[in-house]
Amino acid sequence: MTLAPETTDLKVQLQLADEWFTVCDLTRLVPGRGVAALLPDGRQAALFRDRNGNLYAIDNRDPFGGAAVLSRGLTGTHQGRPFVASPLLKQRFDLETGQCLDDETVRVATYEVRAS
Amino acid sequence: MTTGTPTIVLVGHGMVGQRFLEALAGRGLTATHRVVVLCEEPRPAYDRVALTSYFSGRTPEELSMTDMEFIDTHGIELYVGDPAETIDREARKVTARSGQVFEYDTLVLATGSYPFVPPVPNKDAEGCFVYRTIEDLLAIEEYAKSRASVGAVVGGGLLGLEAAGALKGLGLTSHIVEFAPRLMPVQVDEGGGAALLRTIEQMGLSVHTGVGTQEIVVGEDGAVTGMKLSDGSELATDMVVFSAGVRPRDQLARDCGLTVGERGGIAVDDHCRTVCDPHVFAIGECALASDGRVYGLVAPGYEQAETAAATIAEDEASFTGADLSTKLKLLGVDVASFGDAHGTTDDCLDVVYSDSRAGLYKKLVIGRDGTLLGGILVGDAEAYGTLKAFTGSVPPVKPESLVLPAGAGESVQLGPTALPDDAIICSCNNVTKGTIRGAVTDHRCTTVPEVKKCTKAGTTCGSCVKVLGQLVDAELEASGVEVDKGLCGCFAQTREELYEIVLALRINSYQDLLDRYGRDGARGGDGCEICKPAVASIIASLAPTIGASGYVLDGEQAALQDSNDHFLANLQKNGSYSVVPRIPGGEITPEGLITIGEIARDFGLYTKITGGQRIDMFGARVEQLPLIWARLVDAGFESGHAYGKALRTVKSCVGQTWCRYGVQDSVRMAIELELRYRGLRSPHKLKSAVSGCARECAEAQSKDFGVIATANGWNLYVAGNGGATPRHADLLAQDLSDAELVRLIDRFLMFYIRTADRLERTSTWLERIPGGLDHVREVVVEDSLGICEELESLMAAHVAHYRDEWAETINDPERLARFVSFVNAPDTPDPVVGFVPERDQIKPDLPLLTIGHRPLEGSAQR
Repeated sequence: MTLAPETTDLKVQLQLADEWFTVCDLTRLVPGRGVAALLPDGRQAALFRDRNGNLYAIDNRDPFGGAAVLSRGLTGTHQGRPFVASPLLKQRFDLETGQCLDDETVRVATYEVRAS
Repeated sequence: MTTGTPTIVLVGHGMVGQRFLEALAGRGLTATHRVVVLCEEPRPAYDRVALTSYFSGRTPEELSMTDMEFIDTHGIELYVGDPAETIDREARKVTARSGQVFEYDTLVLATGSYPFVPPVPNKDAEGCFVYRTIEDLLAIEEYAKSRASVGAVVGGGLLGLEAAGALKGLGLTSHIVEFAPRLMPVQVDEGGGAALLRTIEQMGLSVHTGVGTQEIVVGEDGAVTGMKLSDGSELATDMVVFSAGVRPRDQLARDCGLTVGERGGIAVDDHCRTVCDPHVFAIGECALASDGRVYGLVAPGYEQAETAAATIAEDEASFTGADLSTKLKLLGVDVASFGDAHGTTDDCLDVVYSDSRAGLYKKLVIGRDGTLLGGILVGDAEAYGTLKAFTGSVPPVKPESLVLPAGAGESVQLGPTALPDDAIICSCNNVTKGTIRGAVTDHRCTTVPEVKKCTKAGTTCGSCVKVLGQLVDAELEASGVEVDKGLCGCFAQTREELYEIVLALRINSYQDLLDRYGRDGARGGDGCEICKPAVASIIASLAPTIGASGYVLDGEQAALQDSNDHFLANLQKNGSYSVVPRIPGGEITPEGLITIGEIARDFGLYTKITGGQRIDMFGARVEQLPLIWARLVDAGFESGHAYGKALRTVKSCVGQTWCRYGVQDSVRMAIELELRYRGLRSPHKLKSAVSGCARECAEAQSKDFGVIATANGWNLYVAGNGGATPRHADLLAQDLSDAELVRLIDRFLMFYIRTADRLERTSTWLERIPGGLDHVREVVVEDSLGICEELESLMAAHVAHYRDEWAETINDPERLARFVSFVNAPDTPDPVVGFVPERDQIKPDLPLLTIGHRPLEGSAQR
């Protein structure tokens, strides 16, 4: 892991309704890989961090396959925008908007996410 | 006798005669005419083409083609065992052997042919037979069973081979003596004969070509003891079957003054009417057609039968010649010839593919303007239907691409661009090549994702996406759009170019590579799901050489790996994983089996035997993986890399150790190879197998590299494939020692890893690279590029640095941290992963989701 020492105490938080929900230490997020978080209402979020330190969170469930696996996909940059490709059948989802890049009728939910 | 109703007399009741009767009945002539049939054999018409099937159990009754009800219903007078003896054309009378006399208005001769027996001394001795009728076969069978252990067949044509096969089937040592320099001289040419020869000899038949029979040698009792051949040798045999061709049976016609050809055959016109008597017709093998040929096949005979019947009914019909195309299976060997098979047309050219070792021979005759004129196929007549359809025209694809085995030269034409527009590319969604081309030309799609969206091709199982890409490129290129050959949107280089960059500059970081060599817009970004695993694979393949960690989940490498590699297991549809421990060569101890069984039972996993002789355990949740592997590693198992683009298995048969036929220790070699190449990351998965003898029980010829034992060592086959596009492997080298084999595989694999595209199996790689197999052979066998030493040292480094990924993982708590369903609830399993029982095991229980029909709660917004 290649993290600067000053970031090690930071927590990753998701915005749910009115509160910020703490998920994990920022150090648990490896740039380019995701993790899954279980939310209080039973939903699942997939959290990602890119090489520049930006954080993203989308719904964890692959709407095509039905399994909760988007956090295990590979991330990348497409025309300057961050995305994750589902590990099931490789459909790509924009990490900022949740829009599927391979099927304009499909979109997954997104969450506000911060490190604090 | 023929007072009111006109009479048709048919002489001969063979297959063609019977067809003539059916044609008469079909035209209502049996109602208006008296029809008399004189049949020499003691049984009515039977399937002579399938005669040999008598020896495989078909009874004469089953061979019969005559429905007696048909004969009765149509009032046909059928006299079996009563041949016509004389014809009085003046009086229009036929006299049968029984003495019966029949007056006729129309006489049809369908007397067929007789077996040609060369005029050699003692040709009629006891123990000499011909092969033409059921009676002949009964006699051969009786003699073979009671008095013979060796049999010789004179004639290596169609029937001769069948006869020889029949003798062998009767338990005799069989010989074939053919005067021509090759087998089946009429149907195939020299090359085809050579391919056939090898296959026939492999079946245990002895073939003597280019020798004539000079004399049948008989013993004191007058029975056959041998044959003297024209080369001075003598062949000991207990019986002789003459099957040296047939001659038209035209004696009856000669006797009554009908015109016959110089080399036999009753001369007829376009309507099958004899040229000198309008009341007499001749059809089938006894007739000399208006094109000057005697047809020895049943199909033209049938056509003649229809023509004669139509003419008698005063309908327009003619027979002016027939296509001699044939496709048959002889002793299990496909043999086909069509059109101008022997290339008799002026200025025609041959395209020949020949592999005598595999018993393959394919020849196409092409006219000067590219017209396909004919051809010969031996050993594999799969393309017969297509080629026959193209005969007489310039085929839309190069015809050689239809007969060449995939990968043998002309590789450009062998790609999907050569497929016809109606070929199905995506079988899941039934999308044709034409539709995909249309997406590019009419709907202006320029990328694979666009075409996928437009046509639905490649959206289900994804196995056709590679082909899709090639088609899209080809279509864009054809319409003048410059095609970007780069790996992906991030790199303009091909995988091969990136490999060379990584190796030459010892680059061991993806980000470094992207920032220095990526496309302008991609530098500084996060790459994509295509180039990250591809570069990760290159780095892993070269790890010891370029100074990268050999452990694929170290540092930056962890972020590059495909999901499966990241969890060192195979993701299944519901988010659970499958686990495959390595079982080298498929050899496993009872204790090993029990351990796997106990683990599967304890974790409630679904178990299945894989095609690669391993055991796959399904249904493991991500947090169970380390627990399962702790037990597997403890019992001595290691990762099987089923999740990786890496060596999977080396299958084996039991080989010499147990098998009566084995000639080498295939299990030992399979284990040695599997342990040598385990963990080797490559552009795609690698499969292998080792067979202990030519029977090939391990199916090595369908593998990326397959090894088949010979009496002298090992034969190495490469670039085979099963799956969606099966391909037989090509022989790279033969009779190798253990060390030579390993060295050659080292070079082959490293050359493949170096030059293949991302996700390109060895089979497609071999077909794509310029020069194909020959080029690969030059590089890895003859070292034409002078890189073999480097290839070998790269492999040596890999072998020396191999470590089991799972053993390394379970011993490191930091690495284990990733194996949780939820980062914030490590002990909670993913509730989406559920199972239901099926056949005493489990299967995934996943709510059905159909995009576009039922929006997902809280996730899919329209």
